[in-house]
Amino acid sequence: MKNKELFLNPFSKNNPITVQMLGICSALAVTSKLEPALVMGISVTVVVALSNVIISLLRNTIPTRIRIIVQLVVVAAVVTVVNEILKAYAYDVSKQLSVFIGLIITNCIVMGRLEVFALANKPLPSLIDGLGNGLSYAIILLVTGFVRELLGSGSLLGYQVVPNKLYEWGYENNGLMILPPMALIVVACIIWLQKARQK
Amino acid sequence: MNKEGNTYTLLYASILVTLVAVGLAFTAEVLHPQQSKNEAIDKMQQILAAVNVPANQSTAEALYQQTIVSTFFVDNEEQHPVFEALVGGQKKYILALRGTGLWGPIWGYLALNDDKNTVFGASFGHAGETPGLGAEIALPPFAARFAGKKIFNAEAKFTSIAIVKPGKSVPNKDYVDGISGGTITSRGVDAMLYASLEVYVPFLNSEADEK
Repeated sequence: MKNKELFLNPFSKNNPITVQMLGICSALAVTSKLEPALVMGISVTVVVALSNVIISLLRNTIPTRIRIIVQLVVVAAVVTVVNEILKAYAYDVSKQLSVFIGLIITNCIVMGRLEVFALANKPLPSLIDGLGNGLSYAIILLVTGFVRELLGSGSLLGYQVVPNKLYEWGYENNGLMILPPMALIVVACIIWLQKARQK
Repeated sequence: MNKEGNTYTLLYASILVTLVAVGLAFTAEVLHPQQSKNEAIDKMQQILAAVNVPANQSTAEALYQQTIVSTFFVDNEEQHPVFEALVGGQKKYILALRGTGLWGPIWGYLALNDDKNTVFGASFGHAGETPGLGAEIALPPFAARFAGKKIFNAEAKFTSIAIVKPGKSVPNKDYVDGISGGTITSRGVDAMLYASLEVYVPFLNSEADEK
């Protein structure tokens, strides 16, 4: 596969969330506001790309029987380092995302890419594959976060965008949008749109 | 060496784990001073936020020195501090709150006017509440709901301030709206306010000028 294809594939016919149904749990958890969705998307991209490269570099030395454990150790180490760096240099962001950074370890996309791609490919394609998958995950998060924050809180990135006039006329924020079930429904709508378009 | 043999596998695992452990320990050591500094500054920012003094990372230390005139404890174990602040020439008492939310600890600071009853301001923090839901307690709009509320009711009985579902109310005490979608965190704040403030009641009932 060409590099460009490697990068673009996850955005359409192989999207980790809408096609492979991976990483749904975190997609539900962090998308009630746009900002955590954005930071989560970036963090996952960094973690997938980095651990993909590391595993790809080690791929010829890893004993098959313990490869999953090796992958886990590498992912856990990368996530811990990312968390520590955020705590030292982006304290506010780290405070806001708190538990979710640690939970990147359990994001199925990360292990999925390591197992399927990095173990069998060279570092450069692995890096591109990691970036592609991370960013395509981030895009779904952003779209979901955009819809949920706009309809649920009337704001975007914390700034109010629904004019006060509208509230005076009787418009109300949809409280259901803030709750996790609506994330599932928004993601389902995205899947629906995508499937309908691809047919 | 046989790559699938037991010796290789064991050796590989041991070396990998040791390397990762050393790497992580090194990272933690190197970043630790910066992290503790961030935490200390963050605490100052939270205390200052309770008396509505906005501070950023670079101004927090200086503003803290300026604003907080003294600190003392109301109990022997030194668990419940009172920070005395001077804001615009008026004395404010900042009380520390500690409790549990949905996923972990939550905390906060409540500033009272010198009548030791009316809330001047508040700020809240949390270790790991859900972003966008329970975590909203740490944002200014939630803390702002406390201004002007009283922790003693009309009969001078300690009642704390209740957190209620938006739209609900409770009789005989002041209340503020909780966070929609963050019910358990909101309940945690309610319990924290009551439990933490209760400890301060003897201090709050004492005369304003004796300590």
